[in-house]
Amino acid sequence: MTDAISVVGLTKSFGRTKALDELDLHVATGEVHGFLGPNGAGKSTTIRVLLGLLRADGGTASLLGGDPWREATTLHRRLAYVPGDVSLWPTLTGGEVIDLLGRLRGGLDPKRRADLLDRFDLDPRKKGRSYSKGNRQKVALVAALASDVELLVLDEPTSGLDPLMEEVFRDCIGEERRGGRTVLLSSHILAEVEALCDRVSIIRNGRTVETGTLADLRHLTRTSISAELSGPVDGIATMAGVYDLVADGNRLSCEVDTAKLDELLRRLTQVGVRSLTSQPPTLEELFLRHYEADRPAVSA
Amino acid sequence: MTAGTPTRVAETTAAVTPGRSSGLVGTGTLIRLALRRDRVMLPIWLAVQFVLAAGSAASVKGLYASAASRHALAATAGDNPATIAMYGPPDDLGSLGGLATWKLGIYGAGLLALMSIFTLVRHTRGDEEAGRLELVGAGVVGRYAALTAGVVVALGANLVAVPVVGVGLTSGGIPASEAFTFGFAIAAAGLVFTGIAAVTAQLTETSRAANGMAAATLAAAYLLRAVGDSAHDASFLSWISPLGWTLQIRSFAAQPHFWVFGLAAVATAALLTTGYVLAGHRDMGAGLLPPRLGPAAAPPQLRSSFALAWRLQRGPLIGWAVGFVVLSGALGSIAAGVAEFANTKQIKDMLAKLGGEQNLVDSYLSFAMSAAGIVAAVYATQALLRMRTEETALRAEPLLATRVGRVRWAASHVVLAALGVVVLMALSGLVAGLAHGLRTGDVGGQVPRLVAAGLVQAPAALVVAGIVVFLFGLLPRLTVAAWAVLGAFLVIGEFGGLFKLNQRVLDLSPFTHLPKLPGGEVSATPIVVLVVVATAFTVAGLFAFRRRDIG
Repeated sequence: MTDAISVVGLTKSFGRTKALDELDLHVATGEVHGFLGPNGAGKSTTIRVLLGLLRADGGTASLLGGDPWREATTLHRRLAYVPGDVSLWPTLTGGEVIDLLGRLRGGLDPKRRADLLDRFDLDPRKKGRSYSKGNRQKVALVAALASDVELLVLDEPTSGLDPLMEEVFRDCIGEERRGGRTVLLSSHILAEVEALCDRVSIIRNGRTVETGTLADLRHLTRTSISAELSGPVDGIATMAGVYDLVADGNRLSCEVDTAKLDELLRRLTQVGVRSLTSQPPTLEELFLRHYEADRPAVSA
Repeated sequence: MTAGTPTRVAETTAAVTPGRSSGLVGTGTLIRLALRRDRVMLPIWLAVQFVLAAGSAASVKGLYASAASRHALAATAGDNPATIAMYGPPDDLGSLGGLATWKLGIYGAGLLALMSIFTLVRHTRGDEEAGRLELVGAGVVGRYAALTAGVVVALGANLVAVPVVGVGLTSGGIPASEAFTFGFAIAAAGLVFTGIAAVTAQLTETSRAANGMAAATLAAAYLLRAVGDSAHDASFLSWISPLGWTLQIRSFAAQPHFWVFGLAAVATAALLTTGYVLAGHRDMGAGLLPPRLGPAAAPPQLRSSFALAWRLQRGPLIGWAVGFVVLSGALGSIAAGVAEFANTKQIKDMLAKLGGEQNLVDSYLSFAMSAAGIVAAVYATQALLRMRTEETALRAEPLLATRVGRVRWAASHVVLAALGVVVLMALSGLVAGLAHGLRTGDVGGQVPRLVAAGLVQAPAALVVAGIVVFLFGLLPRLTVAAWAVLGAFLVIGEFGGLFKLNQRVLDLSPFTHLPKLPGGEVSATPIVVLVVVATAFTVAGLFAFRRRDIG
């Protein structure tokens, strides 16, 4: 399949701040792609380059087969964008904004519009200034989801939504996926990403640090092991891929890279295992590892 | 410990209950915050006052040193109703100070009024609208703290203006007691408009609307005073206008009317009280008018960036049009009466030489149209600054992520602003022509003359509009500097002659090049050149906007 979004070596600086530092991103047509990273990692900057709002300093970006800077207006007919911080015109009603944005894209499906308003429980007659943050977000979401487009670019679209509405949002993205649309979903919420995304890219300091399917990424995480053995065991401390080892007589606890799990267990069974607890790898751990790398190390 | 618990609960309850006494908690902190945020703007406002005062005083010092020369000037310039409508009664032109400050009085007072309005609204409704006040309000801050902080800062700035202006005038040789009285006189207008802004900040939900209502009141005050000062039978109108009070104090008369200060003080106190009462009766973030529901779907024509720009700009444009109709109608209807001022033999002789009474009326109407032209430039500036607001408020971004291109989006606003200028000027000429024509029984003759006189003013406003677009495209962060450019043009126009600026400097202002209609000579060259300059600025701005980052 061709890539709906293909970004290679993208760089962008604001004054002396380097927002994007050789970032890569590939989103295949028809997939829901999670775009993760701590605040200030460069997610929104990447999206704004892809929308032709910012001009990249270097690298290449292609969107739906075109140049996002030069062919912006033609490409924009085929996509819908939900910004992370939705700001509405104070004097226009939500319904008017939904219609306007839909008409300025590829067009609007009136049935889907009505259905989405109902599901998101949104009153379209209110003026922009009187909506809460969550409701402003809903206006932008309904406008995007009801638009007749190939690609959805969503920048933290559920910030401000309550859990009930997050659920509605997940259902909607599921429908979009089944309908064959491509979705780039920047998010902070791991459960959302786990539930929705086929593939994920994690960025940090303007660089892509991990990319792959969720299964691939789980593979990169560590499993926690604690075991009681028949006798003392040697050589674990020097084994590659083992961390935080605590050995106390016959007891042992450690963290191990999922790739090295098999080797560790083989060594343990050689000695004899009396009891074993293992904690499965979580994405959370992986994200935290990347997120925390941003902060100066905290000494104990 | 156990025994103490009930008391502590009681104390906590008392502290949480919003009481009368807790309404001002935190005011000091907010004042310091406001002063910090205004540490650049307020000194600039005050520095402008000093420069205008010192410059005005210095400009007359050498030229009109003798009382006789001043009286001669007063006898000629002082009897022109157009200049009286513009600057106020020429009662004290015989004194050095009165002559130096004849132009300064109304403009100094107007500038202080604007400073007060912007300062007060910025620290009250502006913060509230942006949600910052909510953040602060959740801390230990009383209900009236923000309003009080804004009022204190605005009133304080006006009081600081008194010695600033006083010293400025004294430096040019004007007696200190008169100079300081004059400082107080213009500061009085600032105080009253602090009160007016304290009221409008409670009425609307947006700082733009609060500023607009207060500024409209200022324009009305100027208009009332202009009519009151220049028409004998309507002099009471000057007494309704806070700007009129500044002039009625007559700082340079032998016996200044100090009691007029009392009028200003009472008005300020009444307005501030109203503001506080209104503030006490509304919710955080709300205006007094409840928001209404609107249509659930957009009308079919709302399908382009131009349609959206029209939708956003039409309300303000209608408001401006109403203002133009009122202003032009009032100025036009008193035009026929200005000849009554020509009651000295000297003036009559001069008029006869210049072509008779008609000439006086025409010069007055030409002044009215040029004033409308300046106001049209103000309209164009604020209409185009909306582009920057849309951008920084993140409303442009989702639009530019649709099939709307950048140039098309910006051009929608530019075309509307340019059409707005032309429509407002044509309307201004039409209404002034009707009003003047009805009074003189010559509607058919006056309407086309004045429509032409109005339209001929439009190119200068269009140049200002072009400069806004240019700044927006090239130096987006400095787009608001367009106000400074417009202000500089006005200062050049108003004070350029007085300060004896070089003709090259005078030529920098597009308003310098406009033909004086009706009655004057018309030449196509300056009009064509101004339109070309306006277009060049606009195209350069749009070109730069196409290539820059959004946000």
